[in-house]
Amino acid sequence: MEEQHKNGGNKYSIIVPTYNERLNIALIVFLIFKHLRDVDFEIIIVDDGSPDGTQEIVKQLQQVYGEDRILLRARPKKLGLGTAYSHGLKHASGNFVVIMDADLSHHPKYLPSFIKKQLETGASIVTGTRYVKGGGVHGWNLMRKLTSRGANVLAQTLLWPGVSDLTGSFRLYKKSVLEEVISSCVSKGYVFQMEIIVRASRKGYHIEEVPITFVDRLFGSSKLGGSEIVGYLKGLAYLLVTT
Amino acid sequence: MKHIFKIMALLVAIAALWIGLLQTSMIPQSYALLLPIYSVVTLGCYGLLMVGVGLMQFPTCPQEALLLQQDIIEAKEFLQRKGVDVGSG
Ligand SMILES: Nc1nc2c(ncn2[C@@H]2O[C@H](COP(=O)(O)OP(=O)(O)OP(=O)(O)O)[C@@H](O)[C@H]2O)c(=O)[nH]1
Ligand SMILES: [Mg+2]
Repeated sequence: MEEQHKNGGNKYSIIVPTYNERLNIALIVFLIFKHLRDVDFEIIIVDDGSPDGTQEIVKQLQQVYGEDRILLRARPKKLGLGTAYSHGLKHASGNFVVIMDADLSHHPKYLPSFIKKQLETGASIVTGTRYVKGGGVHGWNLMRKLTSRGANVLAQTLLWPGVSDLTGSFRLYKKSVLEEVISSCVSKGYVFQMEIIVRASRKGYHIEEVPITFVDRLFGSSKLGGSEIVGYLKGLAYLLVTT
Repeated sequence: MKHIFKIMALLVAIAALWIGLLQTSMIPQSYALLLPIYSVVTLGCYGLLMVGVGLMQFPTCPQEALLLQQDIIEAKEFLQRKGVDVGSG
């Protein structure tokens, strides 16, 4: 089975955007290599000129794992997440693309289940969901849980997306599908993740889900506040009238 | 079709049904007139209930945080041996 991945000719480009993830990027690269042993993959790190020296660490990692496996595609300054994905995508040589955060809230041990699910179902997108059996979240306070549930119920009732976790960003895409969908996405932040999946779902692409657990970043606090909530509601309205 | 039109179509269909009910007077007018208010209240309750249930059954995974700590220790050990700078930072 493992060998078939390689012989199947599939290549997975894992895009990891980073901003000040000096320690996390090293840990996540190690864990990706640990959990994807018999798979053809490359890691594309899009770093936006992190002042903490993330890029130095990436260069050291290239010495360990090889420059053909770890690609550093840096940009001069912090230009935002959405464009970081498109930037990484331009340099992807695989026929599949995985997008994940560097802060270890997305654990690489789930990568094999994304790949397996895609091979079994032929889906265009496999998205990680925290809200089914086998999934879960750690490190959220009551307020954070409440906003998350509220946002989810609202989006499910208004958008009928057919996906249980809209704002998670741990996903595997067929490269051609991501290229097509991302070009029509304009939102930022959480809404961006939602926009990608809703647009893909409206276009009729086959979307599957796998359970993931989400351990919130250990350092630094979440930026979820009043302005985030207003932004979310605006995004919801925007998706209602444009998709 | 934009999604908002689907929702509007649904609302129009429900409104038509309601007007039909008013005209046939199958149920007393005074009841029928209040139906829209009831349905809005029901929808609101449904939403609150879903949030409440979701909150109560919120899946958590404390053991994952521990497993992650072990993974971090393992990773640091390996990377340090390979000369990657994972010191205190
Ligand atoms: N290249 C790039 N990466 C970014 C930028 N902003 C965030 N990132 C990275 O994107 C990923 C997700 O960002 P986070 O800051 O964890 O966002 P979040 O998960 O919504 O918020 P937290 O609750 O703080 O974890 C991380 O790997 C960040 O390093 C950016 O402007 N450019
Ligand atoms: Mg995060």
